[in-house]
Amino acid sequence: MSRTSVIELQDVLLVTIQGELTDRDAMALQEELTSSVASSSARGVLIDVSGLDIVDSFLARTLHDIAAASALLAADTVVVGMRPEVAITLVELGLTLPGLGTALTVADGMDKLNGSARPR
Amino acid sequence: MLCPKFARRIANPQRDDLCRAISPKGAMEDNRMTAGSDPTIRDSVTAFLKDHRQDIERVWASTALFTARRPADAAEECSELLTGIVEVIVSGGEENAAATGFASVRPVLTSLAARSAGGPSGSDRPDVTVLKGPLLRLWHDRAPAETAYRGDLLLSNVLNTLRIALLEIELSAGADTILAQRAQLTELSTPVIKLWDGILAIPLIGTLDSTRGQTATESLLEQIVAQHARVAILDITGVTAVDTLVAQHLLKTAVAARLMGAECIISGIRPQIAQTMVQLGIDLGEVATRATLADAFARGLSIIGMKVSNDERNAG
Repeated sequence: MSRTSVIELQDVLLVTIQGELTDRDAMALQEELTSSVASSSARGVLIDVSGLDIVDSFLARTLHDIAAASALLAADTVVVGMRPEVAITLVELGLTLPGLGTALTVADGMDKLNGSARPR
Repeated sequence: MLCPKFARRIANPQRDDLCRAISPKGAMEDNRMTAGSDPTIRDSVTAFLKDHRQDIERVWASTALFTARRPADAAEECSELLTGIVEVIVSGGEENAAATGFASVRPVLTSLAARSAGGPSGSDRPDVTVLKGPLLRLWHDRAPAETAYRGDLLLSNVLNTLRIALLEIELSAGADTILAQRAQLTELSTPVIKLWDGILAIPLIGTLDSTRGQTATESLLEQIVAQHARVAILDITGVTAVDTLVAQHLLKTAVAARLMGAECIISGIRPQIAQTMVQLGIDLGEVATRATLADAFARGLSIIGMKVSNDERNAG
């Protein structure tokens, strides 16, 4: 059972995923998100995966497809909040998510979309 | 860990019972005789050991096994060994290295084993088989000729099992040492250092095997989360050699850090290591590399938007 929600923050779409994501859910999310990007003419997509314990190869591919489709619609995609164990598993599987932006937190991801490193 | 199992396989009382249960009666008797468990021979051997105790201790103390010891210590150890052996023969446990008699000579065996710590080759290993010759000679001088061979068997069995008990102690001592050293090595695992707000460094040292590498990666990623790091520096100045396996591990760590939103910089690549990596065809791909930790730190500062400048007012 999973809940995904898409929130519009100005010109950025924030996607949060809670619980496990089945393949069907992932495909539904991809379709919903692509149409949202088109209808809202968003400039960026932030996908928060901090609620995910497991990211399998299908979900990794889906993330890649979302990024590619959004890029066609002139939106950058950034995946945020990946857990260490998920990152290690993905790397061991050889899924390095090339071409996908990454950030540690939603705030960092927003900065990345705004094209400025946040001075601390 | 292996040694008790080993000993059990050699002298498993349950299995012996099983053998007796399935073998015909005649074969069982025969087996018992050759194994030297005839009560009469047992008694006469015990009597021999007790009566000639001082002779035996004297010839044992002069064997190569005890020459390195002071005479008083040697005599004491021989006496303890002999007491243990008598106990084993009385209890009939001469084929069981875990018998109580062997357990009681354990301190002596431990001291014998400790003396062999210098050389694993076996050349200078204390070998209890040197005790067998003198003992059997004494037995042959005293024993009635028709039962001598059975006593030989019994005494040989005891000393062979004593040797197994000694080997067991040596092996477990070695295993303990290895475990302790492994624990020390894990404690030496590299710490994650915070260089600046958002910049972490992990100095990798020594040989990177898969366990140590995995631990380093995990602690780095955890610290990235805990400290909100945007830059992670892998410093390999202390790594003695970079082969394909180590390079692959570095690359994996860098990619995992990138998945978490941190940029990875590999620093401390010495010229020889750079050449080796090129010759091995290792390609670190998009991962940034720097010669020194200082260069990597400067790069990290510029990534997080900091600038190092020389304060002109104080310079003069």
